[in-house]
Amino acid sequence: MTDAPSNLGVTPRGAKPRKRLTPTNIMLYGTLFVASVYYLLPLYVMLVTSLKGMPEIRLGNVFAPPVEVTFEPWVKAWAQACTGINCDGLSRGFWNSVQILVPSVVISIAIASINGYALSLWKFKGSEVFFTILIFGAFIPYQVMIYPIVILLREAGEVLSAVTGTKIRLMGSIWGLVIVHTIFGMPILTLLFRNYFASVPEELFKAARVDGAGFWQIYFQIMLPMALPIFVVAIILQVTGIWNDFLFGVIFTKPDTYPMTVQLNNIVNSVQGVKEYNVNMAATMLTGLVPLIIYFASGKLFVRGIAAGAVKG
Amino acid sequence: MAVTDGAQEVSRRTISKRPNRLFKNMTAKIATIPMIFTALVVFIGCTVWTIYHSFTKSKLLPAPEKWVGLDQYERLWSTRRWLVSIENLAIYGICSLVLSLVIGFTLAALLDRKIRGEGIFRTIFLYPFALSFIVTGLVWQWILNPQFGIQGVVQRWGWESFTFDPLNNANIVIYGILIAGIWQGSGFIMVILLAGLRGIDEDIWKASRVEGIPAWKTYIFIIIPMMRPIFVTALVLIAAGIIKVYDLVVAQTSGGPGISSEVPAKYVIEKMFQSQNLGQGFAASTMMLLSVLVVLIPWAYLEFGGKRRD
Repeated sequence: MTDAPSNLGVTPRGAKPRKRLTPTNIMLYGTLFVASVYYLLPLYVMLVTSLKGMPEIRLGNVFAPPVEVTFEPWVKAWAQACTGINCDGLSRGFWNSVQILVPSVVISIAIASINGYALSLWKFKGSEVFFTILIFGAFIPYQVMIYPIVILLREAGEVLSAVTGTKIRLMGSIWGLVIVHTIFGMPILTLLFRNYFASVPEELFKAARVDGAGFWQIYFQIMLPMALPIFVVAIILQVTGIWNDFLFGVIFTKPDTYPMTVQLNNIVNSVQGVKEYNVNMAATMLTGLVPLIIYFASGKLFVRGIAAGAVKG
Repeated sequence: MAVTDGAQEVSRRTISKRPNRLFKNMTAKIATIPMIFTALVVFIGCTVWTIYHSFTKSKLLPAPEKWVGLDQYERLWSTRRWLVSIENLAIYGICSLVLSLVIGFTLAALLDRKIRGEGIFRTIFLYPFALSFIVTGLVWQWILNPQFGIQGVVQRWGWESFTFDPLNNANIVIYGILIAGIWQGSGFIMVILLAGLRGIDEDIWKASRVEGIPAWKTYIFIIIPMMRPIFVTALVLIAAGIIKVYDLVVAQTSGGPGISSEVPAKYVIEKMFQSQNLGQGFAASTMMLLSVLVVLIPWAYLEFGGKRRD
C-alpha cells in the first residue's frame, strides 16, 4: 500500500533517525563489537605470533604484540620448514597447490558451464533426471564414494597406459586429483550455470537457432560472453574450495605432490623436534593468504558465490 | 523452475525428420557425457558399490568377496572408537546447529537494524568462511594452548586456579573443536539469514510499529515464522557440513587426547587407508550415508513433494 504522493521525495523515508547514544544503540554496537573481537582474534593472534621470535613467545602470551618485529619465521616457513626428511618449506606445497588449482578450476568450470547450458536450453529426455541425481549426490558424504573412485582411477590409469603405450598414472598424480575436483565441484557449479542460463531471454536463443547456429556456436558466441559475471563467481567458488581442500589432497596425491593444506598440517602437527610456534603461525598465515586475498578483493561476488549453494534448484 | 519449452520445441521441429529418438539433440547428449558419467557411475554406482561391499568380508581388495550379512555392522557398533565418534558427532552436531542458527540470526538481525558500517561488520563475520578447516584448526589449537594461550594469559593476570584447557581434557575436547567450527561457519549462516531478512516486506515492520509491538516480539512471532523456508535451507546446509567434519579434527587435535575427539568421517578414512580394514570402512561410511538420508528425505519431501509450486 505505498500510494506515494508526488512530494514524497522531500519527506524522509525509513526509520526515524534516533539519538546516537540510546541504550538500544549501545547494546547494538556493543554486541557487534564483542562479536567482531571473537571473529578477528584468531587473525590477530596468527599475525602477531608469526612476527615474534621464539624467546619472546616463551616469555609472553599469544595476545601480546611483538616487541621486536622479525620476518624470519615467514622466511623459514616458506623455504626451510621440515616435513619428514624434506626441509624445503611450504613453497613446494604452494606450487603443488597452484599446479592442482589451475587445471582443476579450468576443467571443472568448463564442464559445468556446458552442463548448465545444455540443461537449461537443450533439454533432452532424462536430462532432468541426471540433474536431480547430481544435486542429491552433493549431499552424499565423500567417504561413501571415495574408495571405489580410487579403484576406478587406478584401473583407468592402467587402461590409458595400455592404450597409449606410455606409463600414465592417475592415482597418486595431480591429474587424478583434478578429475576428483571436477566431479565433486560439478553439482554446485552446474546448478549455478543452469540457473543463470535459464534466465537468458528465450527469444535470443530462438533467434540464433533460426539463423542456423548449433549447440557449440550458440555456446561460444552468445552464451559465453553473456555469462562472464557468473564465470567470475564460479572461479571464486572453485579457487577457494580447491585451495582449502584437505581430504582429497591427502588421499589422491603422494607426499611430493601434496597440496599446501596437507603439507601445512604435516609441518605443524609433526611430532619431531622443538615446536616453533612462530614458524607454524607464519606457515598457517601463508596458506590462508590466497583465499583471504580472494575474499577481500572480490567482496560481494564471494557472497554471491557461496550463497549459490543456498539457492534452490 | 521455469522450463524453456521453446528451446525444446525448436529442436523438436528441426530434427523431427529423424526417426530415432536416441539421436535427437545428439550434441547436447555428447556434451553432457561427463555429467551423465558423474551422476550414474560416481554418485549412484560408487555409492551402491560401497553399500554392497559393506556386507562382505573384505580386508584388502581385490580379494574374493565373501557375503557376511550384517557382521561388519555388528562389529562396528561394538567398537568403542566408533561409539565415541558417534557421541562426539551428536554433541558437535546439536551444539553447532543451535549455536550457528542463534549466532547467525542474532548477527543478521543486528546488521538489519540499519546500522552504520554494516559492510565492515559483515566482512569481519564472514572472512573465516574463506579459510580452510586446516588453518582454522591450527589457529585455535594455538589460541587454546594451555601454556601460552587463553589459560596461560588469565593465569598470569593473577587468577592462578583458572583452567580452560579443552584440547587436553578428554571430557570437553569436543567443545574446543566446536569453538573453532562455529568461528569458521557462523558467518555463512548469517549471510543466508540476512538475505532472508532483507526479503521481508518493509510493511510488516511498519504495521508492527503502528501496533506498538516491541522489536524482539516482532522477530519471534512474526519474522522468524515467515522465514521458515530460509531456516530450513540453513539447517540442511549446516547438517550437511556437520557430517563432513574431518579436517578440523585432524588439524586441531588429531583425534586426541587418546580417541576422545574422533569423528565418523575420520574413522572411515583411517579404516580404509591406514589400517586396511575396508569392510569396517564401508560399513561406517554406509552409516554416514544413512544419517544423511534421515535429514535429507524429510527435507526433500517437504520441499518437492506435498504441494507443488510453480
